[in-house]
Amino acid sequence: MVSFEPLLRPTSSGLYCDAGDFYVDPTRPVDRAVVTHAHSDHARWGCRRYLSAAPGEHLLRMRMNDDAEFQFLPYGESISIGGVRVSLHPAGHMLGSAQVRLEHRGKIAVVTGDYKLGRDLTCQSWEPVRCHLLVTETTFGLPIYRWPSPESVREEINAWWRRCRDEGKCCVLYGYAVGKSQSLLAGLDTTLGKIFTHGAVEKGVQAYRRSGVELPETHYVGAVEGKQDWSGAMVIAVPSAHGSAWMKRFGRVSTAMASGWMAVRGSRRRRAMDRGFVVSDHVDWQSLLVAVDQCDPETVWATHGYTAAVARYLNENGRNADELDSGGRREGDEDATADAAESAS
Amino acid sequence: MIRFAELYNELDSTTKTNEKIASMVRYFAGADHSDAAWATYFLSGNKLRRLVPTSLLRVWAAEQAEIPQWLFEESYQAVGDLAETFSLVVPPGTTTTDESLTHWVEHRLMPLRSMSDVEQHAAVLQIWNETPARLRLVVMKLVTGSFRVGVSKRLVTRAIAGHTGIPADVISHRLMGDFDPSAESFASLIDPEIQDTVPSKPYPFCLAHPIDNEKGPEVLGEASDYLAEWKWDGIRGQVIRRSGQTFLWSRGEELMENRWPEIESAAESLPDGTVIDGEILAAIPAGTVLPFAQLQRRIGRKKVGKKLLTEVPVVFHAFDVMEHHGEDVRALRLVDRRARLDELLCSIDHPHLKATELIDGESWDAWADIRTTSRQRNAEGLMLKRKDAPYDVGRVRGTWWKWKVAPYTIDAVLIYAQKGHGRRSGLFTDYTFALWDDGQLVPFAKAYSGLNDQEIRKVDQFVRKNTNDSFGPVRSVTPTLVMELAFEGLQRSGRHKSGVATRFPRIVRWRHDKRPQDANALADLLELLPED
Repeated sequence: MVSFEPLLRPTSSGLYCDAGDFYVDPTRPVDRAVVTHAHSDHARWGCRRYLSAAPGEHLLRMRMNDDAEFQFLPYGESISIGGVRVSLHPAGHMLGSAQVRLEHRGKIAVVTGDYKLGRDLTCQSWEPVRCHLLVTETTFGLPIYRWPSPESVREEINAWWRRCRDEGKCCVLYGYAVGKSQSLLAGLDTTLGKIFTHGAVEKGVQAYRRSGVELPETHYVGAVEGKQDWSGAMVIAVPSAHGSAWMKRFGRVSTAMASGWMAVRGSRRRRAMDRGFVVSDHVDWQSLLVAVDQCDPETVWATHGYTAAVARYLNENGRNADELDSGGRREGDEDATADAAESAS
Repeated sequence: MIRFAELYNELDSTTKTNEKIASMVRYFAGADHSDAAWATYFLSGNKLRRLVPTSLLRVWAAEQAEIPQWLFEESYQAVGDLAETFSLVVPPGTTTTDESLTHWVEHRLMPLRSMSDVEQHAAVLQIWNETPARLRLVVMKLVTGSFRVGVSKRLVTRAIAGHTGIPADVISHRLMGDFDPSAESFASLIDPEIQDTVPSKPYPFCLAHPIDNEKGPEVLGEASDYLAEWKWDGIRGQVIRRSGQTFLWSRGEELMENRWPEIESAAESLPDGTVIDGEILAAIPAGTVLPFAQLQRRIGRKKVGKKLLTEVPVVFHAFDVMEHHGEDVRALRLVDRRARLDELLCSIDHPHLKATELIDGESWDAWADIRTTSRQRNAEGLMLKRKDAPYDVGRVRGTWWKWKVAPYTIDAVLIYAQKGHGRRSGLFTDYTFALWDDGQLVPFAKAYSGLNDQEIRKVDQFVRKNTNDSFGPVRSVTPTLVMELAFEGLQRSGRHKSGVATRFPRIVRWRHDKRPQDANALADLLELLPED
């Protein structure tokens, strides 16, 4: 593995910058953390100081202790930490998600965090940042993952809602509480009916609204009083609510999961839901390769997911690539994120 | 073809029987006889003979996707389904016209078989160019012969019955044996008038339900309402004697020609218009039933040599009669059918064709006692059948019951894991287990079933974190997890490292309370071997 010290090195607590004495997305409490986005597998509790992108302020504060010290940086602006120039650039994963660019003595490293290419209705789109070292996520780093266009999936979701409404059923659409749920919400056809939210989702919706993102009107399920006719309604909930007692109130339902994992039938069927929509806030195989091309790094470190396949492929195609971790992220890990958000609420 | 692909998608995305039937009924209602025939053919488990070698398809797919071959294989491992991997990895095509299922099968797929490599290559690429992912999945399922969509032949039968209003049992009987996927045969399948009698046509088998060993047979009511027989571990078969010809069908509705010559020749003494149900067993004609391992030597042999015929003779143990003197007697009570069966077999008195023994007792306690001797007799337990019940079609609850003896169990250590297929694709679900022998762990059985989804996920995570080595798709893991395995029997085997092969091994429970050193030794397993 080519060394990029003192700019960046992997440690058991996450990526560490010796020159600036800070971590990027540390996995345990440290003094100073630069955080790519507000999902709990990236933004951990217990650090003393956090630096994150300005558009994500409300989301991060919702998740964190108030006694920590926060600094929010607009996209593209840079600050110096111990002689390292640090700037944050849109990652397109969710509101306020950022790639972290580090520059020190002429060497540039970019840590993507989670990211996707293409437009999202609720956050700024990914921008390529040229660098020497690119640390990229590879959650969906196999050629079997090829996302359909978001427009076509939005149409499928609305068509499903329309059919359920005509059959007098209630739609329950599962997505991760923060990020995915709001972008799903933004794509719904509000002329079809009323939209309801699970508690964890509603908290995210409120934080998005405070951040200035316009979203369709929602009704928090927990605030519904008296008798409610759920037929024809759309409920957005976290995956862990599936099959729980909370679901009983909706009567006849059609359930669907929105996730990149739904691209493969085995994953779809394991969920035992009526529908699976392929919607992801991560890069698929093709866009991962496009991102690498556009950032044009000498070295790539692959992290989360299919690290081995991505590293080997890049090595065979003219890049110097290494696996950062082989344990990796798998299907289901992000549910844990959603669950954590739920229990925090 | 788009309609058929939609049907596949609908069947694939629901686990509810009624929705599956409704989908099929809708499909049949909108399909012409020719498409309906092919749909019936595929849905009831038939496939096309191999059209294109899958090794070539894999190479072409990697080329089309512009990825190296290893990455295609890696992708296949992650998906766990070859046809689906083709549908995901190769860039999606666009449909220009919607040709019928029949057109696809007869004019685009079946001709592939007689083409040269070069022609096949061109034809397959054209198919891929014209198919978006979902359509291509179904087309490639037909091409690779892995068309399975969680529909049993019985469900297809019910759907056709629902579509036509003809009773399911009639459809079921007409569908027995080989189904020719043509418009004409579909037309006669659903013809309300004629019932053409083909001499070889078998009856649908009556199947038994298991009795919960915890609860025992008392839940069935009075013992005096039942007959008891041994539950033999052999091959279920149906012997047909009609128009001077003999047909021997397996439960998988396969004609077993020339494989059991003793039984076929014995059946020649049966009168025309006879159909009997029973079990093919390796047995000395005088009586003793041999272990299943012996019968296994003859299974799969298309032709049986003289030596094997002498060493492993077989006997047809008949336990029911469906047709007697050309008359369908399935509606009679079991005791009445049994009387006819006994009389019939008595009259021909053939050593290779005999009525299975009825076990005296007529009380649950007496039968429970005698059941404990099952293993000595190479039986799996007892069968309990209601005396007054007709011969039912399929697995009808309440008429036939199997009361098996408890399986053997042993605690073993998980040492290898491999990713599963289908619903379990992408997860490590196929495990190899080992037992201790002189301080070493010796692999002895593979088990795929028995854990729930949550446990499978836990083992999956364990495997990912504790892999020491990989051999192709197989991961070798740190010996840590102990599971209790159950199996039905065991035999010596030269092909297994452990020297024994177990029958139907599966996981009973995850022994969280045991450390790997607490697992059983190979010697414990060998002790269970029957005496030679």
